[in-house]
Amino acid sequence: MQAHPLIRMLDRGSTIFLVLLGAFAIAIPVLNLLVPATSSLHVSTYLVALLGKYICYGLLALSIDLIWGYVGILSLGHGAFFALGGYAMGMYLMRQIGTRGVYADPILPDFMVFLNWKELPFFWYGFQNFGYAMFMVLFVPGLLAFVFGWFAFRSRVTGVYLSIITQALTYALLLGFFRNNFGFGGNNGLTDFKDILGFNVQADGTRNALLVISCLMLAICFLICRAIVTSKFGKVLVAIRDAEARTRFMGYRVESYKLFVFTVSACMAGVAGALYVPQVGIINPSEFAPGNSIEAVIWVAVGGRGTLIGAVLGAFVVNYTKTFFTTGLLAPYWLFVLGGLFIGTTLFLPRGIVGTWTHWRAGVKEKSEARRSAEAEDGAIPTTGSPSTQPGAAE
Amino acid sequence: MPGVVINMRGLFDRIAVLILFAVLIVVGASGAATSALAGPYEEALPGFVADSFSDTATAIDQAAASGSALAAPLLQALKDQRLQFSAAEKKVLIKAPDGKFIDAATGQPFAGTVPADLSNVRLNNRLRNVLDAALGSLTLMAADPNKRYDAAQSVFKSRDAATLPALEKALAAEQNARVKAAMMQAKAAIAIISADAPAADKIAAIAVVRDRGDQDAMALLQTIPANAPPDVLAAVTEAKANIERNLALWATVQNLWYGLSLGSVLLLAAIGLAITFGVMGVINMAHGEMVMLGAYTTFVVQEVIRTRYPGLFDYSLTIALPLAFIVSGTVGIAIERSVIRFLYGRPLETLLATWGISLVLQQAVRAAFGPTNKEVGNPSWMSGAFDFGGILITYNRLWIIVFTGIVFVALLGMLRFTRLGLEMRAVTQNRSMAAAVGIRTARIDALTFGLGSGIAGIAGVALSQIDNVSPNLGQGYIIDSFMVVVFGGVGNLWGTLVGALTLGIANKFLEPFAGAVLAKIAILVFIILFIQKRPRGMFALKGRAIEA
Repeated sequence: MQAHPLIRMLDRGSTIFLVLLGAFAIAIPVLNLLVPATSSLHVSTYLVALLGKYICYGLLALSIDLIWGYVGILSLGHGAFFALGGYAMGMYLMRQIGTRGVYADPILPDFMVFLNWKELPFFWYGFQNFGYAMFMVLFVPGLLAFVFGWFAFRSRVTGVYLSIITQALTYALLLGFFRNNFGFGGNNGLTDFKDILGFNVQADGTRNALLVISCLMLAICFLICRAIVTSKFGKVLVAIRDAEARTRFMGYRVESYKLFVFTVSACMAGVAGALYVPQVGIINPSEFAPGNSIEAVIWVAVGGRGTLIGAVLGAFVVNYTKTFFTTGLLAPYWLFVLGGLFIGTTLFLPRGIVGTWTHWRAGVKEKSEARRSAEAEDGAIPTTGSPSTQPGAAE
Repeated sequence: MPGVVINMRGLFDRIAVLILFAVLIVVGASGAATSALAGPYEEALPGFVADSFSDTATAIDQAAASGSALAAPLLQALKDQRLQFSAAEKKVLIKAPDGKFIDAATGQPFAGTVPADLSNVRLNNRLRNVLDAALGSLTLMAADPNKRYDAAQSVFKSRDAATLPALEKALAAEQNARVKAAMMQAKAAIAIISADAPAADKIAAIAVVRDRGDQDAMALLQTIPANAPPDVLAAVTEAKANIERNLALWATVQNLWYGLSLGSVLLLAAIGLAITFGVMGVINMAHGEMVMLGAYTTFVVQEVIRTRYPGLFDYSLTIALPLAFIVSGTVGIAIERSVIRFLYGRPLETLLATWGISLVLQQAVRAAFGPTNKEVGNPSWMSGAFDFGGILITYNRLWIIVFTGIVFVALLGMLRFTRLGLEMRAVTQNRSMAAAVGIRTARIDALTFGLGSGIAGIAGVALSQIDNVSPNLGQGYIIDSFMVVVFGGVGNLWGTLVGALTLGIANKFLEPFAGAVLAKIAILVFIILFIQKRPRGMFALKGRAIEA
């Protein structure tokens, strides 16, 4: 007897998460737009943009959790896919500026006029079309992940080596995008956006709409991830994570499984980047910095890897801490805190927040059940060894 | 090409002015003793007072022939229209650029009252030619061979036919082979551009210039017009091809040298990592910060020396080396004992934890020393450069290559021949067996990590000489270092050596075609592809143990 796939997919935690996310997506715009600014319940536009940013980070963390938590691929270059999605969106927004740029050129973005370019580079063609741009948001990170993964997984680059070359990948892109003649605005990146689909990017309504869309995309991606990890396919992924060689000997094509999940994850990171750009108003090469990608990994580690919800939660917690520390007098201490988080999490909280919580819950449940069964059949040995919800050392 | 000729003349003038100042300084130092005697130089001076062109011409030749150190500044002043005379008082004065007067007879500042009837010694075109020839011959006849060599070089570049008589005279007297060759080349250059030289002379001259074989020779040969006699043109074509070959050869040598230099820097940065990552299997993302600590140790040592013992400055690096080893090594041991020992067998977690450590260390250094670059000086034996054939070799790069070689050999020897090295290899190969025969593995772990960190520290001392000492110093090397270790093959110092040199040299050979940034990207992409072929690097260890 199998339960309906949708029901099996949505355990209680996931349902609570989705309901909370939905409530969040409704409450924030209402509190921002309908509650008067004088009220203590009013949410400022600044906060809306900030929360929108967190949601995008949450989506990025989710995409990392899918491959790190369930397949054991630690990508230290996921920021590259995030930034590529962001650049695709940025190029669309750039083309929407039209004649309102400083140089009022109807076709060329300002930086190209500034560099004395005469015509649009071929890779900018079509980005005035929203549909095409959205396609590229998925296609470019997906293609890069596919090509990179195809090379890497086929030749069985695993563990630390994979982490290091993903880092080299994002570093190479960082160097490239810093160049002025690369065609993406060099050091300054793309900025000064005006419209998205005809709506003003700066307007409150647009900001709230972007927040709601971000929540929606997070929910959709969460459901996709749940679907992947709860299916039979997902069981194979966990098998690969825990014993890759054994899984291969059982006849599974490990490379194909990894490649598929890696590509899906990169597309999700691209979507996160695309939603991030209109909300922060800029995309520049610093998004490719290896440090950014590593920071995103720590969000997942803090929240709890292999839990999906934990990744989103971790992104929220760490970024809220970051906002708290980087504004005001505490700013010089932020890197100490972040460094401490990296060290502390790996040493003292290897399961992360959610992982520790579920583990503790499982332990409590087991104990009470053991007690009950002990009371029932006086002296019987309780069953021990609940299935671990948590990965061990992924290598 | 008149523009080029004018520029060459300008260069010549500037060199002449430099020589003039040098002579002035010498004269000022030697004082009045040299100028007290009345010699041919003093006898020449009245010629300038006569205000007749023919007398001035005689006076110029006399002054130039006198061999006096005062002649060059005098003639230079004349050329610059700063030589003034008083017909009433029979005095010749040099008006210095700052408006003060110098007595031409003594070379000392003029003490008396400036005569009222001062006027410039006048020149016409014929006199200017005489003057140029005299000036050229003066420096060509200078006592210092380096000065003569420079003069010949500037004649080569100016190709001024007016200097030919002086050049021939100097050539006849020249003993120094190097200067003589330069003078021959200068003479050949004049012959090549002269319109009326016979074809045979030109061909001989072209052969001389060809043997010079550098960019200047090439530029000179470009000036030969296309309507020259066919045998001359044939000689030019042959000479050009020859020079091009020569230039290409030196360009290759230069790329190799730069590549070796970059490779040694990469090796220095990576060699500590080859121990912690390669031998211990610990991903130490804080490795770059160990390098940074070494660089800051150098800075602190130099600050102390600068304020307390300025005389020791040349030894600052020698003092900093052991200190940097101790500082970084101690921090490394502390990290190993406090964090890493809990994470053995979980490499991805060590990666995250050490990244956290690197952030903390960076911020700590920023808090202690400020976020800006720190000034670290080169000791005298590390500054400067010398010419080696067609390339310029700086001493600091040379010393870093030597130093890298020493570190590499010392480390290799330490792992091979000392007890600690033996125990390190034992622990990394088979931990439980090592423990069983009585090796204290925990202690060895700490010492190995300390050794890797300490070597990073002394790398920092060397890198402080060629890079900015800032809290971000380590970040710039960490990815490159990992690339080197991964490319070379983990657990193998020779692999690290070959990896670093290969990457360094490949980078420098790609740069002329692709530019620095694209070359770097190409290298990264190459390594990513290379890892596909050999996932364990160039010199991979074989066996089951490393598959874990």
